[in-house]
Amino acid sequence: MANVFSNIGDWVNERAPGMMPMYRAHMTEYYAPKNFNLWYYFGSLALLVLVNQIVTGIFLTMNYTPSAAGAFDSVQYIMRDVEWGWLIRYMHSTGASLFFVVVFLHMFRGLMYGSYKKPRELVWLLGMMIFLVLMAEAFMGYVLPWGNMSFWGAKVIISLFGTLPYIGSGLEQWIMGDFLPGDATLNRFFALHVIALPLVLLLLVVLHIAALHEVGSNNPDGVEIKKGPKGNRWDALKPADGIPFHPYYTVKDLVGVGFFLLIAAFIIFFAPTFGGWFLEHDNAIPANNLLTPPEIKPVWYFTPFYAIVRMIPSFLGSAVWGVLAMFSAIAVLFAMPWLDRGKVKSIRYRGTGYKVALTVFVLSFFGLGAVGAGVTAEVIPAWFGNVDLTFWENLFGRLMTLLYFGFFVFLWAYTYFGWETTKPVPDRVTTHD
Amino acid sequence: MANEVVDHGRRRFLTATTAVVGGIGVVSAAVPFIKSWEPSARAKAAGAPVTQSLKKIEKGQQLIVAWRSLPVFIVNRTPAQLAQLPKEDPLLVDPKSEVEQQPKYAQNETRSIKPEWLVMVGICTHLGCVPDFYGEIKPEPFDPNWKGGYYCPCHHSRYDIAGRVYKNVPAPKNMQVPPYHFVDDTTVQIGVDPKEAG
Repeated sequence: MANVFSNIGDWVNERAPGMMPMYRAHMTEYYAPKNFNLWYYFGSLALLVLVNQIVTGIFLTMNYTPSAAGAFDSVQYIMRDVEWGWLIRYMHSTGASLFFVVVFLHMFRGLMYGSYKKPRELVWLLGMMIFLVLMAEAFMGYVLPWGNMSFWGAKVIISLFGTLPYIGSGLEQWIMGDFLPGDATLNRFFALHVIALPLVLLLLVVLHIAALHEVGSNNPDGVEIKKGPKGNRWDALKPADGIPFHPYYTVKDLVGVGFFLLIAAFIIFFAPTFGGWFLEHDNAIPANNLLTPPEIKPVWYFTPFYAIVRMIPSFLGSAVWGVLAMFSAIAVLFAMPWLDRGKVKSIRYRGTGYKVALTVFVLSFFGLGAVGAGVTAEVIPAWFGNVDLTFWENLFGRLMTLLYFGFFVFLWAYTYFGWETTKPVPDRVTTHD
Repeated sequence: MANEVVDHGRRRFLTATTAVVGGIGVVSAAVPFIKSWEPSARAKAAGAPVTQSLKKIEKGQQLIVAWRSLPVFIVNRTPAQLAQLPKEDPLLVDPKSEVEQQPKYAQNETRSIKPEWLVMVGICTHLGCVPDFYGEIKPEPFDPNWKGGYYCPCHHSRYDIAGRVYKNVPAPKNMQVPPYHFVDDTTVQIGVDPKEAG
């Protein structure tokens, strides 16, 4: 029997000579630093969720009707009449939210350990492009059920482009294919959501991993294992502090996958709407262009960016400033490798200023999220009684916006002017034997 | 390959011209795909004018009609509401309606052809929500000194009862007044200017 398999293997290898070398280069002979910790689960988990989204997505398209007249009903049909349809849809909707949980943690890991720094700038840039495409993908997916929040969410987001001077209103109609979001809009979003953007996303993921494997993974110590001593158990020329990705990290990641699926299954089975955070209550009403929901708020993963739009007032007769600020909030992340001039990568050996700034940055992100999700609008009156809500919410939100952007300004100045006092970085990863 | 002398200039020229012609081809081929996203003939046809009778709208009431799938507010304003309009001027971004958000015939204090009848596209100029009608001059939860007007549930922009935007809110401009005219004393047609109708 074993002979048959190896014969088949030989037959394939003779005809596709690149396959085994590729497998070795990325799996069994890709040497990753041996000191990966919990934060290194989220890359492979993101891949897992991507697979989940593709598989469940394919099955959802089998019963979904992409038309303004049929979309809402077809989603109800999937939920009620299609065998296990509810599970497939909840796996998809929960997967969307967990995708962002995992990706945010993955990005935070990158900030914390300086994984965006030389020589990994391209890895970071490709990752940021994945993040952008993912946001577009999530937004369009959110429109597809054609609930009232889908409709109004689409309207608000598309109107962001309408604030651009001169071309704005023409661009808006071009995106919608109508004077309001309608059949044309829904159909094109469907096409982009199920074909165009997934293809782009897959390509970017392949490039992201290829770029990473070219330069090698960073690690919690921020040490370049390729510059350290050579020679490990498997190869005398490879880094001493590296271990083969397969089987060592595939097995480690499987443990993470187990924990992750446990949490995901709990949400899918017991709290699929997650109290209105993953699936909003207003979206259980069909789209109605004459009825605005009492409070339009995006799904939680967009709230920090959405809050920035809300916090910037219009001036010079234009609302474009808030939109520009929101896009800059994402664009500035692209520039991280060049804003941060510090030579030390890992937070373990960086100055106190960096640790404080990163903490404040994360808090400002949560603060903006609270503003965008309408938490502050509930909490301020509840805690402080009859105060001027608009004033205090704006004050808080603008402070958070300032802190968010302040992080990047501070980080640049802190490293450019050499104010940072770093600790000595070890020559090898701290847990080598 | 008998000719061993390579004319590099000629080769570069041919490569460049081929690339340019090919590039023009790609751009031209993209045009139909980009244009296919424009509103279709059907969508444009759906933007025909709308005629509405005003007989059943009482003083202080608002009626919302759909025109080009846009909500159009028609309000029968009370004398008290009209009297309030000039008093709001200092609090407004554009009290004289100088920004082109209305036809010339509606560029006045009431932003309308007939003072009592407000006809306005009910779309917030910030991000396109439909503001809620709070017509009465009475304290509201969001403003104890409310003088009647519109309050947007999305980002809390405020407008007076002529759709003029207040200062210090996210919305930049007054709400839009569509082209409209009075067919007779109690009928309005939205989508057609008085000139075109006359």
